[in-house]
Amino acid sequence: MSGRQVAQGRLVTPFYSRQRELDTVNRWHEWKGYTVADEFYCSELEYFAIRNATAVFDLTPMTKYRISGPDAPAYVDRLVTRDMTRVPVGRVAYAVWCNDSGQVIDDGTIFRLGELDYRLCSQERHLDWLLTSAAGFDVDVAHETADVAALAIQGPTSYATLDRMGLSAVGHLKPFNLMEVDFAGTSIVISRTGFTGDLGYEVWLPPQVAERFWDELFAAGRLTGIRAIGTDALELARIEAGYLMADIDFLPADTAIRPGRTRSPLELGMEWLVDFGKPMFNGRRALADELRKGSRWRLVRLDIEGNKPAKDAYIFAKPKGGEQIGFVTSAAWSPVCKQNVALGTVNARYGAVGDSLWVDIYYQRELHWTRKMARATVVDGPFWDPPRRRATPPGPY
Amino acid sequence: MTRYDALVLGAGHNGLTTAAFLAQAGLSVLCLEKNDYIGGAAVSRKLYKDWTYSNCSYVCSLLRPEIYRQLNLAKHGLQVTPFGGSVTFMENGDYFGSYHDPVVAYREMARHSRRDADAYTRYRADTRRQSRLIREFLLTTPPDPTSWRPRDLIGLLGIGRSFAALSEEQMLDTYRFWTLSVADYLNEYFETDVIKAALSGSGIIGTALGIYSPGTAYVLLHHYMGDVDGNVGTWGYARGGMGAVSNALAGAFREHGGELRTEAGIERILTKKGRVTGVALDSGEEIEASTVVSAMDVKRTFLDCVEPEALPSAFLERVRHFKSRGSSGKLNIALDGLPEFPALPKDSPLYYSDMHFVDSMARMERAYDDWKDGTWSKDPYVDMVIPTLVDPTMAPPGKHFMSCFVQYCPHRLEGRDWTRAEREAFAQTVIDQIANYSPNFKDLILHVEIRTPADIEAEIGITEGNIFHGELTMDQLLFNRPVPGYAQYRTPVRGLYLCGSSTHPGGGVMAAPGANAAREILADLRRPSSVPESFGDD
Repeated sequence: MSGRQVAQGRLVTPFYSRQRELDTVNRWHEWKGYTVADEFYCSELEYFAIRNATAVFDLTPMTKYRISGPDAPAYVDRLVTRDMTRVPVGRVAYAVWCNDSGQVIDDGTIFRLGELDYRLCSQERHLDWLLTSAAGFDVDVAHETADVAALAIQGPTSYATLDRMGLSAVGHLKPFNLMEVDFAGTSIVISRTGFTGDLGYEVWLPPQVAERFWDELFAAGRLTGIRAIGTDALELARIEAGYLMADIDFLPADTAIRPGRTRSPLELGMEWLVDFGKPMFNGRRALADELRKGSRWRLVRLDIEGNKPAKDAYIFAKPKGGEQIGFVTSAAWSPVCKQNVALGTVNARYGAVGDSLWVDIYYQRELHWTRKMARATVVDGPFWDPPRRRATPPGPY
Repeated sequence: MTRYDALVLGAGHNGLTTAAFLAQAGLSVLCLEKNDYIGGAAVSRKLYKDWTYSNCSYVCSLLRPEIYRQLNLAKHGLQVTPFGGSVTFMENGDYFGSYHDPVVAYREMARHSRRDADAYTRYRADTRRQSRLIREFLLTTPPDPTSWRPRDLIGLLGIGRSFAALSEEQMLDTYRFWTLSVADYLNEYFETDVIKAALSGSGIIGTALGIYSPGTAYVLLHHYMGDVDGNVGTWGYARGGMGAVSNALAGAFREHGGELRTEAGIERILTKKGRVTGVALDSGEEIEASTVVSAMDVKRTFLDCVEPEALPSAFLERVRHFKSRGSSGKLNIALDGLPEFPALPKDSPLYYSDMHFVDSMARMERAYDDWKDGTWSKDPYVDMVIPTLVDPTMAPPGKHFMSCFVQYCPHRLEGRDWTRAEREAFAQTVIDQIANYSPNFKDLILHVEIRTPADIEAEIGITEGNIFHGELTMDQLLFNRPVPGYAQYRTPVRGLYLCGSSTHPGGGVMAAPGANAAREILADLRRPSSVPESFGDD
């Protein structure tokens, strides 16, 4: 057949028309083939919408798969390292999946929409691996990224906003729960999930009703401080929440070229996501070996003295003359914690919680560069974890 | 009789800061507060239905991030959200806006004067240079210039070194800056009256001086040296009102075992042979302690609470003459909806900014003339904000809390007490001024709290209701604050310390005086201190 051609250039999401109206700074970038905003008017104020009011982020470009069929539960359980049999319908599970060497291919969220029906959301594209892993299972795996528009609605007034929109039922959702609700004559999914470490929801809906949902959402949010946000604001929030980002804090195993560049879930601090009680999952044997022999790397969350972000810094065991033991992968001054925080990777011999490490920070003031060796304390858990994140039913703010 | 290692008198933000650092060092500390709520002038109060009022201080930028972090105030519930810009409404129906977005800010300034917009670059650099000098010393104890002790010499050397690093021209500019009036300073950069009027406000806030009074350029700096997350000069709202600052400090204090008692006013600070021994409360109860820290201002501490015979006469005389003159009042208003300002385009980001209604230098100075005549300004400089546009926690959705800081307003009217009718006339002056620019404003008013300096003094205890615990003029700053010879938080009474805004580096919700005082006290007690050092701008 002649005349066939794929879409040229960047795609736009179903929310693009609305976002373009709000945009004042013209800063966009490409995310998995789509045009998305770095910021709409000021990333600093957008960030504070996440922590103070309601922030709306378009996550339509997230890669989404639908997994269904009689063997779907067994397949999903076999695919990822955690026990998925204990995830009932109406729950969402954060999970990682590994190759046979126990190296992380990606992390993502798995939504159990029905007894035999799952949605998997991830940063990267994995249909090849998902189908390879399906050998022997009666299961159907379909790519549905473009079929499902998605918005993250995050922040302390996010529930109040949805409530004003008539979606008060979501008040019953506990973190990592999901429900289907009727909207504009169709069924949409709302989950209490997000990438900000704050109270928040994600909405998954057919693209045909996307603009209408946006309009009603923003009308409802007029008095609850609603703001569209771009990726810059979200990135700061996710570092504060201590979440990892594929291609930033770890390299998806199927893209690695050089030896030693990949990470196991144990090396990423995800022991809690690996269930050796399961008889079989991809990478089980290698991970069991690693557990016996010890890991090479350790992911650390760092609380760093001073206020200069430790962007791209090397990590040392001693302030002077010590060997370099790792590097920072994400770093920021946290406005909400008033802490200088970072995620990093160190040699597994170092970096137990409470240990003091050192980071070599370079920063610029009026063109001149300065170098500062700063103490970095290894801390446990997220930097930002307010009680409102878990409160059910959520408060008005 | 109960015994504590240390008593802190006054649960304002500085008292709580000192208390928290002393408790963190392992001392048993009791903090006493005369009111039935804590916070002093950093307070959130429900005075009308579901509305939360920041009824004294109303914005937050000076609060030192080092202290915020060291005392883990985020964990104790403090969240500061920045807001942007300001607007000055003009009598001719126009306005001058200062936007959070620097690109738009430039364009707006150029709408009034392209030359001024370009001059702003130079103004900003010069002002930031001065501010950088000061910021370095906020979390340090001022060195005593008459002392030969090594730490004073090192401190003086530090100041000298920062100063010496400036070019000759910059040094001379610095001398001038510290003594200039804000009007003269601005005249060196700008030609447009409204731009100068808008910028000059920061030079007089909380100060019994006019924009042409020498020394007001420094006061401008005091409002520029704060930051929110490193954005120097940015202001923010404490989520839940300014009481969130005090509540978080109290949380940190309690976390380390500190005890707080409200409704415990101080009748006397007890001394024996030149040493403090404790306090007597209004109730007659006495509490013993060998360390007593007063967060009250220097005048209230020494003129009201210490027997004069326990103090050197010259010191007492200096305290008597310490300038703490009431010059500003406040209106706190609950609103049924958002007032419209027809001069602004609908949905202008300037709705989120602080608003002013005096558009010329002459009007700014006339406002001061009224104060000198012993009355409130009939055309006042009002710094008006609507925090509920940003903060969802302070009023029901769609309703608003409005804070109007009003300059000038005297402590006493023509030398006598305010009458009820005069207080109301003062409020009406402010309401009328705002209504000139917002036709629906008056109809939206649900409740007004009127605060003259006399009211602030009566409730918070600050002498004459001066928001800075004493004016920020060169004669009362650095090693002269509060009085020469006693700038290091110590007093003539051994074991008695000051930690309020009467001490270096002065007023504003900064917590630096409280932290610096704690460092000195712990040094005297030979205890390790966790008071942080400055992050530094370099």
